[in-house]
Amino acid sequence: MSRTRSRVPVLIGALAALGLLLFLLPLAGLIVRAPWNQTLAELTDPTTTTALGLSIFCSLTATAIALVLGVPLAMILARTHGTLRNILRALTTLPMVLPPVVGGVALLLAFGRRGLVGSLLYQWFGIQIPFTTAAAVMAETFVAMPFLVIAVEAGLRSLDHRYEEAARSLGAGYWRVLTRVTLPLLRPAIFSGAVLCWARALGEFGATITFAGNFPGRTQTVPIAVYLALETKPEAAITLSLILLVVSVAILVGLRDRWLGV
Amino acid sequence: MTLEAAVRVRRDGFTLDVTVSVAAGETVAVLGPNGAGKTTLLRALAGLDDMEGRVTLDGEVLDDTDRGVHVPAERRHAGLVFQDHILFPHLSVLENVAFGLRARGKPHARAAARRWLDDAGLGDRAEALPRALSGGQAQRIALLRALATEPKLLLLDEPLSSLDVSIRAEVRRELTRQLASFNGVRLLVTHDPLEAMALADRLVVLERGEVVQSGKPEEVTARPRSRFVADLAGVNLLRGHAHGDHVTVAGNEALAAAGAGEGDVFAVIHPRAVALYRTRPDGTPRNVWYGHVDSVDAYGDRVRVRVVGPVPLVAEVTRAAVQELGLAAGADVWMVVKATEVSAYPA
Repeated sequence: MSRTRSRVPVLIGALAALGLLLFLLPLAGLIVRAPWNQTLAELTDPTTTTALGLSIFCSLTATAIALVLGVPLAMILARTHGTLRNILRALTTLPMVLPPVVGGVALLLAFGRRGLVGSLLYQWFGIQIPFTTAAAVMAETFVAMPFLVIAVEAGLRSLDHRYEEAARSLGAGYWRVLTRVTLPLLRPAIFSGAVLCWARALGEFGATITFAGNFPGRTQTVPIAVYLALETKPEAAITLSLILLVVSVAILVGLRDRWLGV
Repeated sequence: MTLEAAVRVRRDGFTLDVTVSVAAGETVAVLGPNGAGKTTLLRALAGLDDMEGRVTLDGEVLDDTDRGVHVPAERRHAGLVFQDHILFPHLSVLENVAFGLRARGKPHARAAARRWLDDAGLGDRAEALPRALSGGQAQRIALLRALATEPKLLLLDEPLSSLDVSIRAEVRRELTRQLASFNGVRLLVTHDPLEAMALADRLVVLERGEVVQSGKPEEVTARPRSRFVADLAGVNLLRGHAHGDHVTVAGNEALAAAGAGEGDVFAVIHPRAVALYRTRPDGTPRNVWYGHVDSVDAYGDRVRVRVVGPVPLVAEVTRAAVQELGLAAGADVWMVVKATEVSAYPA
């Protein structure tokens, strides 16, 4: 019995090709117009290095916070069922679909000087969060943590809980089961979730510029620097864009077997 | 040291209600078809699932719903061996065996674990990861991991059924040896009669959440009290009402059975005692029933012929007889059983 693959109509093929071009052409533009001879100079420019350093610091801090808060959140999510689960899930995944600018506005309304929590923080402790590096970290955590929570929750739900039961029957209490069995078994899920979370934090723009503003060395991360440099120094913008592109491709290649199923 | 357990578990439409008592040094096999509640019982005894009732081990109360006692799994001293070993995939064989020793705060866990492995002849696999082990090795190490914690109660869930048939006999021998050297209470659940007969001193037959029969393996198979046991013993089991030398079975058919007694009985007929004819044999006072051949299965030189009719029976005949009588699915046959070949006992 021979099987021939059914032919794809020309119209479908043409539309698919157009769709692919939409992805390809901007990439080509970036690579063709890149000022390759000036790349090194741009890379060592203080504006660039400051933005890069700040971006790396903020995104790694945001990922660390997401790990500390997101893994327990995923554990609670994986245990809940029914309506409660739907509500919790909707709340944690909202930042994934919310326009980041709206997220930034919401953060301002909560933590701004006259915000829900921010006003108390200012009155009692004299703390102001908006337009500080802490604000940039918070904005990135807000937008990126759902990626980690979703990955870890999926890992927990597909975990064979008999490993934990075997550990208990061997005399291991809650914390020993968690640290010696559950978390090690979840390592692939936690790792891929953390990488996706970090990548999202690194590219964060909308919530950060709204909540943290644009202060070089304090809140001006790479995406914000790219946007502003486009008017004044397009070469710098292109170089910084290339860096983000390389990071994205590296993550995609590194994770292709682990999570994305590519 | 004994295990005394009265376990009730209710779960959407299914009720498990079992009372079982096991002495130290004795291996009891809970045998039953899939869905009988075997694993539910084991998990309740291990302290992993909620249950009602009372469980005591060596005088210590592990569960008592009336008094609100429930000792959690990690404080039970009950070793559990899963069907498919469940060795921790991220830990070496040595660390798997040492896991329970560490959890219970034993000093020199690694050295002790190594001794367990060496004694079992598995010392050369100490640094291997579970995925590098054969199925038989993995199951033996899972047993070592449970034994190393020196539990008072050892629970085994179908310890051989995930293994390849070709290595089952070898692992079974090894298992028998290791079970014999363990002094605590041994309870295994299985749906495989061979596994149960080979490993257990006593069988408890579980069906639909209830114990239908228990006793020594040979007693249980000699006097089946359920279809499941009759099938595993390879005999025909009928249930009916006895009066003198007759038993009335389903469909109001009368069955001549010497000394059947009075009241509800089980009647067992060995397939070899069922003779088949294509025409009605002449009437001596015997059991004669008409039926259709449903299936014909050969086992070596013996052939089992399943006949459906008012009294459905399995007959075991020779290949020659099958050819001579032209027995095939759909053929009409007469079945004859001597009254002395029917053994009846109170239900």
